[in-house]
Amino acid sequence: MRVYLDNGATTKTDPRVVQEMMPYFTEMYGNTASLHSFGQEAKEAVEKARGFIASFINAQPDEIVFTSGGTESDNIAIQGVARALSTKGKHIITSKIEHPAVLEVCKHLEKEGYEVTYLNVDKHGLVNLEQLEKSIRKDTILVSIMFANNEIGTIQPIKDIGEICRKHGVYFHTDAVQALGKVPVDVKEMKIDLLSGSAHKIHGPKGVGLLYVRKGVKLAPIILGGGHEQGLRSGTTNTPGIVGFAKALELSKEPNNMLELRDRIINELLKIPETILNGHPTQRLPNNVNVCFKYIEGEAILLHLDQAGIAVSTGSACSSLKLQPSHVLTAIGLPPEIAHGSIRITLSKFTTEQEVDYFINNIKRIVHNLRELSPFWKNR
Amino acid sequence: MYSKKVMEHFTHPRNMGKPKEYDAVGKVGNPVCGDVMYIYIKVKENRIVDIGFETMGCAAAIATSSMVTELAKGKTLEEAMKITRDDVAESLEGLPPIKMHCSNLAADGLRAAIMNYKKKREKEQDKTT
Repeated sequence: MRVYLDNGATTKTDPRVVQEMMPYFTEMYGNTASLHSFGQEAKEAVEKARGFIASFINAQPDEIVFTSGGTESDNIAIQGVARALSTKGKHIITSKIEHPAVLEVCKHLEKEGYEVTYLNVDKHGLVNLEQLEKSIRKDTILVSIMFANNEIGTIQPIKDIGEICRKHGVYFHTDAVQALGKVPVDVKEMKIDLLSGSAHKIHGPKGVGLLYVRKGVKLAPIILGGGHEQGLRSGTTNTPGIVGFAKALELSKEPNNMLELRDRIINELLKIPETILNGHPTQRLPNNVNVCFKYIEGEAILLHLDQAGIAVSTGSACSSLKLQPSHVLTAIGLPPEIAHGSIRITLSKFTTEQEVDYFINNIKRIVHNLRELSPFWKNR
Repeated sequence: MYSKKVMEHFTHPRNMGKPKEYDAVGKVGNPVCGDVMYIYIKVKENRIVDIGFETMGCAAAIATSSMVTELAKGKTLEEAMKITRDDVAESLEGLPPIKMHCSNLAADGLRAAIMNYKKKREKEQDKTT
């Protein structure tokens, strides 16, 4: 049996998405910038998808910029604001638990003379709204706080953050790569100025993402060329990818039982002694479970699960190239020796009850065996 | 990422657990780094007659612990002292470069156990003389 529980990393492309994309590889392969009928039929498909996606997040079609994925969207948003508003100010606010696609861009900007405030989060991974408001200065040009965390699943109070930013006249960007298609996203109601999304996290194809840019928001382009996507993302339009993205979002509205299965996993795992749930108990993504098993190490758990055909991920240092535990687990206050024992289980709409049971049986056996081998378990 | 031999020792560790009887233990590693090993030895007439280990750590940490116990079992203390980190890694058909430093502690653990055994013996001999 093979069980895929690493849907936070990427997902299976829904066969109906593939089917929707196919004609744009084989027949309607024109370049959307071409004036002939080949180009125009491709353009028509892209604009239809753009309209659908815009309405999905309560935006206007011309506020959607298609990109190659979440990382590119984050880069265009943050670097774009930084370059466009550098005369107004050079201060950016973000959090300590952002994805590297945000953190590394901020670090890079620091080297260029920008100042970045990295907000702390509480033990559940939530930013403090008061601290956020206090951190806004006259020269603050951007706040970038992720919608939902990719490791621990915590969902931020996005609407409250949006209101604070709007009140102070500061642009608000949110990386919604993990949230889009799983929790309601309304850019108007939540007062979002810039939002990054990605198709492959919700059963769409890899290599396509979006950046919502509220009308009037100033961005300096970082990718120059033929002026596609209103000059913000030059490069030939990925017609099949965009069509697939729209289909994936449409299908994300289908009912699923992720929430029920997630809670079943959480309940069963917390029956294992000395196990900690990471992230917020309720304000979390419907498909995310993240736990630490004390006295054992995550890479060993992951590889034993892999032997049983089960795919998960870990925040252990031993699985990272930097040999440091996850920055997210560190930010929520876990000491390294506990962070090493972390496992992230991320479900999808395709996950079945049978798969969940198979996982639960195996994880219980593996945790038991590894603890029997651990010098700390018996002497705890 | 890991060699077949590493995976074999990781999934089926040899000499795992604390032996019922042992003369000395070597403790190496640091929980903050994620890898901790306890190597237990039972010595008879200057020879390691039984050996066991307890390890918290990644697959490489568990596999190297298992391998060092295999390499040391039945050896004299002098022979066992000569087992190096490289010997362990080679017997496992190599380790990923990043694991060579952090998880390849088993040879150190074995040496620590032997040193502890020798210290204990010296103390006992001091008492009897």
